[in-house]
Amino acid sequence: MAVALRYGRKVWHRRERGAQFAIWLAWLAAAAIFIYCWQLISDKTIWAFVTDAPTQAADLAVRMIPPDWGFIAKLGRPLWDTINIATLGTAIGIAVAVPVAYCAARNTTPSVALVRPVALFIIVSSRSINSLIWALMLVTILGPGVFAGILAIGLRSIGFCAKLLYEAIEEIDESQVEAVRATGASGAQVAAYGIVPQVLPAFAGISVFRWDINIRESTVLGLVGAGGIGLPLNSAITTLAWTKVSLILLIIIATVVVSEWVSAKVRHTII
Amino acid sequence: MSTVSIVPRLWEKPPLIKPAWVRWALGIGAVVYLALALGTTDVNWPRVWEGLPRGARFFAAFFPPDFTGHRDDIVNGILESLWMTVVSTVIGIAISIPVGIGAAKNTAPRPVYYFCRGILAVSRSFQEIILAIFFVKLFGFGPFAGVVTLSFATIGFYGKLLAEDIEDMDFSQAEAVRSTGAGWLQWINYGIQPQVMPRMIGLGLYRFDINFRESAVIGIVGAGGIGATLDTAFARYEFPSAAAILLVIVGIVMALEYSSGYIRRWVQ
Repeated sequence: MAVALRYGRKVWHRRERGAQFAIWLAWLAAAAIFIYCWQLISDKTIWAFVTDAPTQAADLAVRMIPPDWGFIAKLGRPLWDTINIATLGTAIGIAVAVPVAYCAARNTTPSVALVRPVALFIIVSSRSINSLIWALMLVTILGPGVFAGILAIGLRSIGFCAKLLYEAIEEIDESQVEAVRATGASGAQVAAYGIVPQVLPAFAGISVFRWDINIRESTVLGLVGAGGIGLPLNSAITTLAWTKVSLILLIIIATVVVSEWVSAKVRHTII
Repeated sequence: MSTVSIVPRLWEKPPLIKPAWVRWALGIGAVVYLALALGTTDVNWPRVWEGLPRGARFFAAFFPPDFTGHRDDIVNGILESLWMTVVSTVIGIAISIPVGIGAAKNTAPRPVYYFCRGILAVSRSFQEIILAIFFVKLFGFGPFAGVVTLSFATIGFYGKLLAEDIEDMDFSQAEAVRSTGAGWLQWINYGIQPQVMPRMIGLGLYRFDINFRESAVIGIVGAGGIGATLDTAFARYEFPSAAAILLVIVGIVMALEYSSGYIRRWVQ
């Protein structure tokens, strides 16, 4: 407890003077970095275009309202494709992520020196390349279509799922594993009865969470030709059909809200 | 004399889902969905087959990565991405704090709660690319549109997690602070902020990492950063340069991950 004497009275402070000063310095440094970066961004900006933005926004709003409701009949199939891309992609991602996570967790990996770094590299490279870039490359290789989208989502999901899963495996209670091993269980039995029941809730939560994210990600894959609702969105934007664009955006919001609700419900039931 | 018969018993693992009909319904539902989904996904196998050697050539073209040919462009692009990341993370978090407090059930009155939840839902619904397309139209090409995009996306992510954290906290501490006669700001600052701060710093670092990765793609639609350089490299078929850019991104993300673990331990 830090108490300072001021005018003969004791005044309570949250921190000691030194700690308070260190925190103040950290804030000062952060503010200086922020202002420096802002200055550099500002130099590269044409401010005339920025001040013009309200006019542009009003113009765009006039062109987008009302949404072209008649177009909705043609959006059923792309929406179905989008949901399939997200679901099948998540399934592929999880199927690959489980062994990778098993190899990456410190307490289950076959070799800390050899296997673990490889697994960590797989996780980091899958995570740091956006699904849109994966899709961009896969469309060149596999041709445009839903299949490239599914693989792109799958490749991107591996890192995310494996990272969260291996952290969950590292946090398990070792004494349970030991108890199962003490009964004379084999390696596979130890994994099935000692480790799996402990990480199963986390595993289910991670899968549903990633599925929810993937729904959102798969709405844009069409921009590079990988199927889903992004295809009509892209063609509507390039042909300046703004009433169609607003309809598609409304449908995307509705889908995302529903998927978020489903994922919250499922996670609530499991955990 | 009586004999005790010992019947050998086998232990069986209890099923994960108790009611049998739910188990069956889930299983059959999954199979039906998979059949429908796979049935409507038309994969052009000849095209895939034909693409595989092309894919091999494509990846072969990435090697060796060419770091020196467009060194200045790569350095400028990466620096611009980093500036955008710093500015947008700070602005996004600054705005998401009031929104997050407003979106927590135990700190905000009902109308404010619904309004703030609405902001979060809209911000979270759209992928960064879609937002970037619109902000580029509104603010013109360049990093400013990117900063607005990333800040807006940060609000949805950070505000939602902050609101959930406030809802999960131990409310008796906040009540104790209030019972001393603290004003609203003092209540937030001494009753709530210390409880959510450690997790929020970790999430802020994580969002910094996400914003950097996203800044690599929003450049494709003209919102500045390394994405523009990457897109140009792909468009000009300069795959060695593209490989160099991707490797630099992976390297920076790895560095961010290690330093974030370090900072998190230092804060706690």
